[in-house]
Amino acid sequence: MHKTLFAAACAAALAGCAGTSPSGGGSDAAVRAKAVDVMKASFKERGIAKLDRLIQDETQALCSQYATTAPPKDVAARIEKANMALIKPPADGQYLGDWKRGEQVAQRGTGFQYSDTEKTPVGGNCYACHQLSKQEISYGTIGPSLYNFGKLRGFTPEMQKYAWGKVYNAHAYAACSNMPRFGAQGILSEQQLKDVVALLMDPKSPVNQ
Amino acid sequence: MRTRALYAGLLAAAGIVAAPQAAAQDAVKEIEKYREALQDGNPAELWEARGEDLWKRPAGPRKVSLEKCDLGLGPGVVKGAYAQLPRYFADADRVMDLETRLVHCRMTLQGLTREEATKQPFGAGTDRKSDNDALVAYVTAESKGVKMNVPLAHPKEKEMYALGEKMFYFRGGPYDFSCATCHAADNTRIRLQDLPNLTKPAGAQLAYTGWPAYRVSQGELRTFQWRLNDCFRQQRFPELAFTSDASIALTSFLARNANGAEFKAPTIKR
Repeated sequence: MHKTLFAAACAAALAGCAGTSPSGGGSDAAVRAKAVDVMKASFKERGIAKLDRLIQDETQALCSQYATTAPPKDVAARIEKANMALIKPPADGQYLGDWKRGEQVAQRGTGFQYSDTEKTPVGGNCYACHQLSKQEISYGTIGPSLYNFGKLRGFTPEMQKYAWGKVYNAHAYAACSNMPRFGAQGILSEQQLKDVVALLMDPKSPVNQ
Repeated sequence: MRTRALYAGLLAAAGIVAAPQAAAQDAVKEIEKYREALQDGNPAELWEARGEDLWKRPAGPRKVSLEKCDLGLGPGVVKGAYAQLPRYFADADRVMDLETRLVHCRMTLQGLTREEATKQPFGAGTDRKSDNDALVAYVTAESKGVKMNVPLAHPKEKEMYALGEKMFYFRGGPYDFSCATCHAADNTRIRLQDLPNLTKPAGAQLAYTGWPAYRVSQGELRTFQWRLNDCFRQQRFPELAFTSDASIALTSFLARNANGAEFKAPTIKR
């Protein structure tokens, strides 16, 4: 069953098997390009979600292309370099905000959906994918547990800077990470980013108890 | 939001207080029990009955029923048809999923305009019921217990599958999400919600054969087109157009990956 499915998928997916399709559809790149065209014709803008959201930047395009294989080393290095360049430190040089507000950002899942408005509070929804404090048992597992994040790594200025960078733009450290680029894409404000870093790095934060 | 509230209620009902790991395990077990209990009576039957009536009753400018509609197994054959969709239809020269085919039949047989046949694709309360939801409930219920057997023979079927696969991995929007962000790994979850790995037969089978579903938290029967649409909302994409080629391509990819599994829907979900 599995084998048949794979053969069929191969025949249809064109690339990685024989290279051409029985339907004459062309190369893997051609199928990908057509898929993008079909998507652009299949969506309509709604509320705050306009069609420009379907225009990929280089990181998105490369991470889509290498989604099933992981990008080759040189491509990964290019993605990480380009994204590292997008990280801006906080204007006042202070990485730590208020962990209590950071917890609220971590709990909130709204923002940027077509069912939201410009006025909907935007969250980081960290708990959707990560364990953070022990008290919150409803956490997801797409990302690693961040429980005791600062306690395990040390409450150092270097680690504060690293946490800031990771939340700001995860692709700078791990090309094609699943994690949204909360700073680089303008999802969270500078203050919200600081508050999340405090949740991870403040010794008093429940994450570090 | 409603989901969170529901889970919070469940956790409270289960008498769970913060004793982390064990509590998380207990919570998952309680939610599983709740899901099992739901299967006893499924309001989807109300949609199925209304859909059967819509299928059999003469309607539209031509005052004919849909009983001559060819869902792929011949005019009027409903039994088992959904388990072999999407597929290529020569009369439309297009690969169609069920919802696209129903729109086609309501236009070509009953004489409805596209606008009439696609209005209210998803239900929104008792005063805004969706004929599409009801027809889908009726047709899909007639495949209950049938093994998924989606064809991949015609070149256009192969092309749709290949396009759907690429779309599954397409990352975009302010959050850089694709379908694969949540549905390409084993044993992951969002909050306490388990996520099926749709790139493997077991995950695709489990997920695809469970839709449409009556959603308790919404009081509505939700179709597969609705499910795709709502995934894209959470991906922060614009709105996936009803019966668009992207919706058909993704459905082709997922339905074909579910081949071999017994179709179980309409189900009932939290």
